[in-house]
Amino acid sequence: MSKKTTNVREPLFHIVKRGSMVWWRSWLVRLLAVLAALVVCALITVGLTGENPLGVYVTMFDGAFGTKRRIWGMLQNVAMLLCVALAVTPAFKMKFWNIGAEGQVLIGGLATAACMILFGDKVPTVALFAMMIVASIVGGALWAVIPAYFRAKWNTNETLFTLMMNYIAIQLVSYFTYLWSVPKGSGQIGVINGTTKAGWLPALFGHPYLLNILIVVALTILMYIYLNYTKHGYEIEVVGESENTARYIGVNIKKVIIRTMIISGGLCGISGLLLVSGTDHTLTRDLAAGRGFTAIMVSWLAKFNPFYMVLTSFLIVFLQKGAVEISTIYSLNASFADILTGIIIFFIIGSEFFVNYSIKFRETKKEAAKSC
Amino acid sequence: MLIAFIQRAVVQGIPLLFGSTGEIITEKSGNLNLGIPGIMYVGGICGVIGSFLYERSLPGLDAMNPFLAVLIPLLCCMAGSLLVGLIYGFLTITLRANQNVTGLALTTFGVGFGNFFGGSLIKLVQSDMPSIALTATSNCFRTKLPFADSLGWFGQVFLSYSFLAYTAIILALAASFVLNRTRVGLQLRAVGESPTTADAAGINVNTYKYAATCIGSVVAGLGGLYYVMDYANGVWSNDGFGDRGWLAIALVIFAVWKPNMSILGSILFGGLFIVHNYIPNLSVGTQELFKMLPYVVTILVLLVVSMRKKRESQPPASLGLSYFREER
Amino acid sequence: MAAAAIELKNITKTFGNIVANKDVNLTVNRGEILSILGENGSGKTTLMNMISGIYFPDHGSIYIDGREVVIRSPRDAFQYKIGMIHQHFKLVDVFSAAENIVLGFQEEGGFNIKRSAERIAKISSQYGFEIDPGKKIYEMSISEKQTVEIVKVLYRGADILILDEPTAVLTPQETQKLFAILRRMRDDGKAIIIITHKMHEVLTLSDRVSVLRKGEYVGTVSTAQTSEAELTEMMVGKKISLNIHRSEPKDSVDRLEVSHINCVSRDGVKLLNDISFRVRSGEILGIAGIAGSGQRELLEAIAGLQHLQSGEIRYHNPKTGQIDNLRDKTPLQIRDLGVRLSFVPEDRLGMGLVGNMNIVDNMMLRSYRKGKSFFLERKAPKDLAERIIEELEVATPDANTPVRRLSGGNVQKVLVGREIAAAPTVLMVAYPVRGLDINSSYMIYNLLNEQKEKGVAIIFVGEDLDVLMELCDRVMVIGSGRITGTVDARQATKEQIGRLMTGSGRGDENE
Repeated sequence: MSKKTTNVREPLFHIVKRGSMVWWRSWLVRLLAVLAALVVCALITVGLTGENPLGVYVTMFDGAFGTKRRIWGMLQNVAMLLCVALAVTPAFKMKFWNIGAEGQVLIGGLATAACMILFGDKVPTVALFAMMIVASIVGGALWAVIPAYFRAKWNTNETLFTLMMNYIAIQLVSYFTYLWSVPKGSGQIGVINGTTKAGWLPALFGHPYLLNILIVVALTILMYIYLNYTKHGYEIEVVGESENTARYIGVNIKKVIIRTMIISGGLCGISGLLLVSGTDHTLTRDLAAGRGFTAIMVSWLAKFNPFYMVLTSFLIVFLQKGAVEISTIYSLNASFADILTGIIIFFIIGSEFFVNYSIKFRETKKEAAKSC
Repeated sequence: MLIAFIQRAVVQGIPLLFGSTGEIITEKSGNLNLGIPGIMYVGGICGVIGSFLYERSLPGLDAMNPFLAVLIPLLCCMAGSLLVGLIYGFLTITLRANQNVTGLALTTFGVGFGNFFGGSLIKLVQSDMPSIALTATSNCFRTKLPFADSLGWFGQVFLSYSFLAYTAIILALAASFVLNRTRVGLQLRAVGESPTTADAAGINVNTYKYAATCIGSVVAGLGGLYYVMDYANGVWSNDGFGDRGWLAIALVIFAVWKPNMSILGSILFGGLFIVHNYIPNLSVGTQELFKMLPYVVTILVLLVVSMRKKRESQPPASLGLSYFREER
Repeated sequence: MAAAAIELKNITKTFGNIVANKDVNLTVNRGEILSILGENGSGKTTLMNMISGIYFPDHGSIYIDGREVVIRSPRDAFQYKIGMIHQHFKLVDVFSAAENIVLGFQEEGGFNIKRSAERIAKISSQYGFEIDPGKKIYEMSISEKQTVEIVKVLYRGADILILDEPTAVLTPQETQKLFAILRRMRDDGKAIIIITHKMHEVLTLSDRVSVLRKGEYVGTVSTAQTSEAELTEMMVGKKISLNIHRSEPKDSVDRLEVSHINCVSRDGVKLLNDISFRVRSGEILGIAGIAGSGQRELLEAIAGLQHLQSGEIRYHNPKTGQIDNLRDKTPLQIRDLGVRLSFVPEDRLGMGLVGNMNIVDNMMLRSYRKGKSFFLERKAPKDLAERIIEELEVATPDANTPVRRLSGGNVQKVLVGREIAAAPTVLMVAYPVRGLDINSSYMIYNLLNEQKEKGVAIIFVGEDLDVLMELCDRVMVIGSGRITGTVDARQATKEQIGRLMTGSGRGDENE
């Protein structure tokens, strides 16, 4: 055993929590991580396709920006992912692990679809939209507030609870897709109000997605303001940073948890509305398409800043679109995008270590300055 | 019909049992691995790749060695899931990354990995169906006890399954035994409950976390293999595994972190998952409502557990937190 | 004479700029109980943590039975048969006593909880412990948990035992029982180190006493040849004049009246025991005592953060002349009553401030609710932040720097500055100069004096007796959750306060 050798005095190196890092250095670390990830991804792609790596990235750019239609499709996808990411952000900032956005979006979509199907040709357009908005927000908020309530009351684990709520929502949507399926029994709703277009978000300047995108832009700004310039946002930050401090200044923590989750869920509901009424014009159980989970990564990678989230959701959607293009061109499988996304996120997650900790070698002899 | 129902419930439940046993082992070390659904995909596809390459390397299917036909996919599956388990471990244990985000990313990665290679293989064989069939290998996996059918209902309910199904049950029982009756299990539970205490007691926290995460991943990966080779008769189709991975995580809660409980739980979940097929006159829509039963039951268990605050049925106290010695 | 069981030579340990231990020498023999005596922050626990493998010394060497050893981890310490019973127990709540005891121990003959339980029973009967191996930790009282900790180290065959303030959480009867056990272990040939503040325990239990003061080794004396007075002087040192300005209280009236409050922790331990006192306007009431004697709970009870079992906290409102009971009110309700209460808690970055927020946002913590607007008003906090930065000479790039990037002294200036800016009538400060350099400390003293002269009633919880005696008007001493005496700071001697703190003074007669 090495214990006998007295000249080995200290472990070779040890890890110390960093006090702080200058902002540009921390972003440099993250940028390097993304670059490293892109190199790895390129190597994998080259290995599979035999194409030169630059060609691969050219293809990716083409897939994302190649045609006008692709650009619109990409923007629309960024907007939807961003919308869900905005929704989960207040919860995460409060350190409430809401991984139930998927379900909250679905319920919002379900509520929207219900209004469109049941009242589509019975009430005036304005009333219909009002109903859709209220229903989707209430639906999403309800789905979020149930776990929040029990977390506040009995400290029920919210990660697991919100996760389960997703699948209840999926089955609920499945049920209704059968109930409302056209033709009966097909299990598919098909395009809702295809002829009347009742409850469809109107196309602005001839662009069907423009309204969606503008709404999300507005929501991004609003969320930024909400988080940074309002008393609510301030309370969320204090509760998330330190419940002890929140107690010290007299914040009602339970109330903040429930209120924040209502907002988070409500916004997920709006995402559902935008998806059903603005994009898909139908309801399927795949409506959220994993955005509820991807949004968590978008929000987390952006350090919960809505403006950075524009960039991170852009990055992820770009990867997905680009990888889809690679897979078609080189006749690979479309799931290739998920692999690339996974790898890039692994790298970025891993890089946080180098932002938060530093490795000290024995020679430096500097002890952990922050031992407590 | 009851016998058939029980049989189907068991077959449905076995992948969940693998998944939940793996996740329980992992969670007992304080790691909440939400990457399990992805890992099960990886396990499944690695097994498929292994058996595909083996089948291809043979001059004809009758030249197949049943032993190798089982062993090769098994090893491939275990190696694949071990590798992704290591990725998760490296990120969360060594680099102390957020477990939820890492787990979700791993699920994205794993499902993509499975579907990508699955899709590529499908393309490779240029089959008419969007799936790849490894019937010969599957037959080896599905070998049953020869005398099971001759024992009437007893044989059908208890003895009619393939060896992987029994492996799942044995693994769960073994995990239960190790966790509760051995020193290693005690130390593992201590790591998950209070890493500081474990560290002070001279237990290497990181070693235990790595070991538990990797073993848990391998066990969960076997669930994917069982699904393809046994449940699906060797047919891989993309997204065929569905959301069973999440159901496995639900099962962990249902079993209140006890692997032996999850044996019964998995059969119950399997039953709840297919019960709609056995209730007469259900419309297709109502069947969908029935499929939410396992999740509803899980939520109820979660609520009851948190309400009663019985200490033994709580999640491991440090679940989801990374451990840093100097941060006490 | 045989080599000492354990010997420390010139041990030095620093944390950043703080020297926790400087050139400490220590010897313990087998069959001996050594007390380590020292005030809070004198480095006792750090020293013991180096023996038990939690910290690694910067300089110096450790000898066991005359051989130099390297202890890098708790595991190494076990191998040298060193067992430490920490002040905060390291036990897994959902495990049984037996499971905790065998945890991490590689026993011969495999894992068998039944056989372990038998061994535990044997050890218990040998030394007189009462322990149920199957009982879960969360069902246990504090003293039972401590028993588990001690049996745990004995089970591993430890023959050098270190106990960090073992009696702090025990009742007198439990303490007597523990001492009987420790004596039996000593007679069994074990070397025992006990960290304590309580003088009478030192004198009744130990064979020799080593004294530390501010990280430095003062000396070791044999208990038989020393006196309480000598030990107290070694511990607190000579009176040092700090030249802190102190004015006479003017127009003092009662401001806060605490009467017969009692508080019990979740584990059923009495944290505050029938505490009654008054704070008057324009005076500084010092609170002295060993850390963890109930200071935190007392301040938190007044601030509305601690639930009380009984008693009243009455506030005399200078504006309305009204008297309000603050007991069990939330901080918000207290503010709504018009009580201008400011509180600088001990845990600056964990409670008083949010480390990741910048100075401006930290200014708002108390005041952000002002006004009906949905939005935050950052103008006033920004002005306040800039004023504090300038007036208190806070070293920071700007007001938008997260406070965790500031040094300890600057963090404290920000916190104290904010609390004073609220124009309080009652100001509570807990260990306000801990970890601060001389200049920052004096700045805090001056701020407190200014407030006092403005007629604020100040409660000052401190650890440095010299400061308490020069800054405060009265000093109240608490020990184990009860008041052991109140003295006039202008007349009291350091030894007098020291005795009240260590429980050998008047407090014993009071009981």
